[in-house]
Amino acid sequence: MVAVAEPQQAPPQVSQPGPQQGSRPIYRSKALIAGGIVLAWLVLWLVFRNVGTLSLDASALTPLHRWINSVNDAVGASRNSNPLFLYFFNEIRFVIDEFVTFVQALIAQPSFGRPVPVIGWLGVVAIAGFVSLVVAGWRVALLAVAGFVFLGLQGLWQESMDTLSLTLAAVVISLLFGIPLGVWAGLSDRAHRVITPVLDFMQTMPTFVYLAPLTLFFLIGPASATIATLIYAAPPAIRITAHAIRSVPHNTVEASESLGATWQQTLVKVLLPSARKTIVLGINQTIMAALSMVTIAALIDAPGLGKTVVKALQTLDVGTAFNAGLAIVVLAIVLDRVTTAATERRKLPRWAMFGGLGVTGVAVYLSYTYLWAAEFQSDVEIGSSIRQGATAVTEWVQDSLPVITGGFKDFVTLALINPLQALLAESPWFVVALVIVAFSFLIGGLRPAVVSAVCLGLLVATGLWQDSMITLASTLVATILVMVLGVVVGVWMGRSRRADRVIRPVLDAGQVMPAFVYLVPFLALFSASRFTAIIAAVVFAAPVAIKIIADGVRAVSPATVEAATALGSSSWQTIVKVQLPMARRALTLAANQGLIYVLSMVVVGGLVGAGALGYDVVAGFSQGQLYGKGLAAGVAIVVLGVMLDRLTQAAAKRWTN
Amino acid sequence: MARHNVLGAVLVGALALAGCSGAKVGDSSSGAAGDCGTFNLAINPWVGYEANAAVLAYVAEKELKCKVTKKELKEEVAWQGFGTGEVDAVVENWGHDDLRKKYIDEQKTAVSAGSTGVKGQIGWYVPPWLAKEHPDILDWNNLNKYADKFKTSESGDKGQLLDGDPSFVTNDEALVKNLNLNYKVVYGGSETALIQAFRQAEKDKKWVIGYFYSPQWLLNEIKLEKVKLPEYKPGCDADAEKVACDYPDYDLDKIVSKKFADANGPAFQLVKNFKWTNEDQNTVAKYIAEDKMKPEDAAKKWVEANGDKVKAWLPKA
Amino acid sequence: MDPVISVGNLWKVFGSNASQVVASDELKSLSRQELMDRTGAVAAVRGVDFDVAPGEMFVVMGLSGSGKSTLVRCLTRLVEPTAGTIMFEGEDILEADAKRLRDLRRNKFSMVFQHFGLLPHRTVADNVGYGLEIRGVPRAKRGERSQEVIDLVGLTGYEKSYPDQLSGGMQQRVGLARALAGDPDVLFFDEPFSALDPLIRRDMQSEVIRLHREVGKTMVFITHDLSEALKLGDRILIMRDGQVVQVGTGDELVGAPADDYVRDFVKDVPRSHVLTLKWIMRPPRPEDELDGPELPPETVVREAVRSVLSADKPVKVVRDGELLGVVADEEILGVVAGEA
Ligand SMILES: Nc1ncnc2c1ncn2[C@@H]1O[C@H](COP(=O)(O)OP(=O)(O)OP(=O)(O)O)[C@@H](O)[C@H]1O
Ligand SMILES: [Mg+2]
Repeated sequence: MVAVAEPQQAPPQVSQPGPQQGSRPIYRSKALIAGGIVLAWLVLWLVFRNVGTLSLDASALTPLHRWINSVNDAVGASRNSNPLFLYFFNEIRFVIDEFVTFVQALIAQPSFGRPVPVIGWLGVVAIAGFVSLVVAGWRVALLAVAGFVFLGLQGLWQESMDTLSLTLAAVVISLLFGIPLGVWAGLSDRAHRVITPVLDFMQTMPTFVYLAPLTLFFLIGPASATIATLIYAAPPAIRITAHAIRSVPHNTVEASESLGATWQQTLVKVLLPSARKTIVLGINQTIMAALSMVTIAALIDAPGLGKTVVKALQTLDVGTAFNAGLAIVVLAIVLDRVTTAATERRKLPRWAMFGGLGVTGVAVYLSYTYLWAAEFQSDVEIGSSIRQGATAVTEWVQDSLPVITGGFKDFVTLALINPLQALLAESPWFVVALVIVAFSFLIGGLRPAVVSAVCLGLLVATGLWQDSMITLASTLVATILVMVLGVVVGVWMGRSRRADRVIRPVLDAGQVMPAFVYLVPFLALFSASRFTAIIAAVVFAAPVAIKIIADGVRAVSPATVEAATALGSSSWQTIVKVQLPMARRALTLAANQGLIYVLSMVVVGGLVGAGALGYDVVAGFSQGQLYGKGLAAGVAIVVLGVMLDRLTQAAAKRWTN
Repeated sequence: MARHNVLGAVLVGALALAGCSGAKVGDSSSGAAGDCGTFNLAINPWVGYEANAAVLAYVAEKELKCKVTKKELKEEVAWQGFGTGEVDAVVENWGHDDLRKKYIDEQKTAVSAGSTGVKGQIGWYVPPWLAKEHPDILDWNNLNKYADKFKTSESGDKGQLLDGDPSFVTNDEALVKNLNLNYKVVYGGSETALIQAFRQAEKDKKWVIGYFYSPQWLLNEIKLEKVKLPEYKPGCDADAEKVACDYPDYDLDKIVSKKFADANGPAFQLVKNFKWTNEDQNTVAKYIAEDKMKPEDAAKKWVEANGDKVKAWLPKA
Repeated sequence: MDPVISVGNLWKVFGSNASQVVASDELKSLSRQELMDRTGAVAAVRGVDFDVAPGEMFVVMGLSGSGKSTLVRCLTRLVEPTAGTIMFEGEDILEADAKRLRDLRRNKFSMVFQHFGLLPHRTVADNVGYGLEIRGVPRAKRGERSQEVIDLVGLTGYEKSYPDQLSGGMQQRVGLARALAGDPDVLFFDEPFSALDPLIRRDMQSEVIRLHREVGKTMVFITHDLSEALKLGDRILIMRDGQVVQVGTGDELVGAPADDYVRDFVKDVPRSHVLTLKWIMRPPRPEDELDGPELPPETVVREAVRSVLSADKPVKVVRDGELLGVVADEEILGVVAGEA
């Protein structure tokens, strides 16, 4: 499963008219069979409604859940005597704690007996500018300097630096392990096969499930926060590194071997440098993933902007939360642009190199010595205006829109969510399971059908069948909305550079702005409901789908579009008959990624009325006796993710060949 | 190139000159803690708790010269911290019999440090406008009469009873069943969801009934009214499946780690002696939540106005 | 002279059951398609024998899929042969362990690839010096040597460019320079010019001919283009479905094709450009006047046309004073007319 967009491979444009025409009757008969299955399902639903739905009350537990609880308790009780804790986890914790604390001492926290960190704001801004200059060029360097100064003007300098320290630490550790693992998975098929499901698990298992146990293993503090972050953030680096190594052209490797290189030489001098560009993209994805964990890590006392957001929400202070969220977005955009630009080859003139080094050195020295350069103090405080502005906008939205939005919510709920949920959650479980397995078979053949069957079996085993089906219904609805948005906006962006330029930063913001920030106004617009959860998921997942589709549409060869235009196609015909069909691979990738991203919001949905698995996980995090159930719900989410991922991939394979 | 290097040098020089003014960074290794040492104070995520903690931290720092480390944690994680030695005190605890059993009785890593003096109440609440226009709604016997009005997209053909933050034990599903109410429990999933629902209900005169509690800062803003459920009698909630009575009143208390209690330092004394009233807490909570004061400032303001109360908490020398 | 490379009964079978295939005479006798159907294995190279003489330009030619690339990779063990022998300067390469093999690759032979195989992140100079770098040659020496070969292939001035800034032809010059940098005894070329457009290709062919003349290295050159083969090759090996069909000089192939496959192949070749008088001369007839001009038998027909047609008597084909035959207008016209 690829929860982070891997760089798309160039679609091999092989059109095979022969077999396609030949299989047309098969398609028709498949449609017929699918229709038959749905019809049978409807009938069975009418007859057996609410029989065998395997429902479980919110506070009820199964033996499995109790057993997990007892294991959890036993681990907790043995913490201070178990050698594994004393000699293994404690050592890891110690190293990571030291590392993070060191970075914080450098840029974020008062340290070494000084009232301020070693490097003050001026030094950090200079370093950020200089590093960006070296790896990414003038324009990005300017952006970086502006971005960092903006953080200070927001009145969030220290919080931002705490977040930056934690993020950097998590990213560095992720890469320390991730890149070698990725290289290994790139070189060995067996390693690849073993690692992939582990990465799937790491990326789809909701953080809430392992947050509390982490503090048991690694105590409350930087280590736990860092590890929570890197569990989620390391997989993209591993996957993309493996992918990069795999896509180094065979002939360069062969050329190196033909010259008598040892395999270490080939690795270091050919594979890694050739894969560098793609690996940097992996690092970029890892940074973004790490930043998206900032608020969640705050729930176990991780310092920084996340804390500000979480705190502000206790009093529903959207302004403050937004201000801090904006700082996260700014950090994300700066880091994203720097790493993206770092893939280009560039050489800085000598004078700029030395000049930059000199200026940076002086700035660091000043920020070490003088108070004005150490602590960000400014008469221009834009933080409060941002806060007030956001609060005003939120209030306006909350006052004037709910009449319309409430109706919209009711409509979608009645027309889409309820029927789907009724079918999935109110039919006997074996009927639903049979239908899903049959569909898997129709879509992908035997393998996907077996995978689905196993996954469904696991869902039953978690004891949370009905909750899983409710969550599945919402997930499907959200994915449909994501794809609708993805196609509309993606095509628009793919066809117009200007639209792309304007919309892209908004999408970036949608991806990294902590969901907690916009949940408050959403709750006002749509009340606590499944729909609110769906909309939150769409906000998070649509940007990915839109970007993938936009890139796919843009990649359609201009020659083809030109040919279509020359034949007199209208814009609409060009889109529908040329660009979309040719961007098929992008569409399926978007659907796949959309699904995975939607699933990763299930837990957030649980905070705003989605109920079902999301609520189970949240409740498990909050109440000891529900821990086992929460864990089971987390597993159910992973299982749903694996099933949907494999299914969409199988469908994609069928469809694009 | 040489010219550029000169340019660079000039730039660096100018910058250095510009910098050589202003106050220098001083040394801060003074303010060392007295015999109090470090006091690890958990901060659970609600404003009432924050009020307790802010005042305690302020007094501990200012009067006892402790080094207070605040750790923002949810209850479960905070209690877990007693065992690992990372949390010394939780200063507002709502019952949590499960945690008590696990950490006080079984693992023996925590002990109670007495009441905070604040009384907690859990129950079903409706917005004031509703209580005013339909006063009889405040009796559970009449709830079925209004069930239709509470219907939402989430509750189908029943009335919606909105539950909130899953941190608290709720018996609501059992209550609805055992009292034969035509309602469905909908899980909002967070305190935020509840507060938004009540705010909107009051503003737009919407029908909302939900699980809530006092003290809570929102009650300063909107006087939610509690619905009367069958009276609580000790033991009536013993079997979670069969509950048909109101929630008990909670005597909110303080929990500290065993080690912290045994050491019996000044910070522990302070926590043990700490006791105030719902009104006191509401005052500080209001400073924080509505006046948007920093917790330190809110605590300072209250402490300065209530010197005598604070004096009673300090360890007897 | 001893051959530099001597290949004996070389087999390469792709597939998990490769060793079974070469162990069984029955399976070995099957055609490629039959073997594929029976066992799922692909026999890319099937029982190939040939020798390459020192300083020779040996060309291997065949259609796509005939196993040329596999063959040439077997020679350097980039692909591991399934059976057979490969002697290189008297040493059995198949016996070489990993270290010895690396030594051979570093010092004795190098390869130029169809798709160049350049390292995109390195400059021209660094690409050329790559082979020396992995041998541990110090930087300064490396730079010197790279510059030499860069000059040799005509890339002077492009040392600091990156591959993606060069045209295809120039990129292949880099590939060539890289192969030459280590001063190997043998150069292998795997269709080095088939990705280039015709004009550039012609340039590059001349370049190789020039280099061959200047550095005098043994070269094994793979191509699927007959005219290229004829232009470059001292001798040409024609492959089909993994097997050798014929080995010989260009005029031998055109003049005496071993079978219909080869005949079909050489059908469109401008015979007058390839054939020598040896192939068209006839024994003198009684009526011939034998006091006309003389030409050696290696003279290409095209070059003999003028002298034959302008002479009013048949031209004598003579080697070392011995009369081998005669060529008159009708023979010449027969060749030239056959091309039209
Ligand atoms: N690694 C491999 N695994 C399986 N079969 C292979 C492999 N490499 C080559 N083959 C097969 O061996 C046969 C010969 O391939 P080879 O690449 O040597 O042909 P070629 O003459 O170089 O063709 P071209 O002119 O297209 O380069 C082909 O049928 C090919 O499919
Ligand atoms: Mg080939």
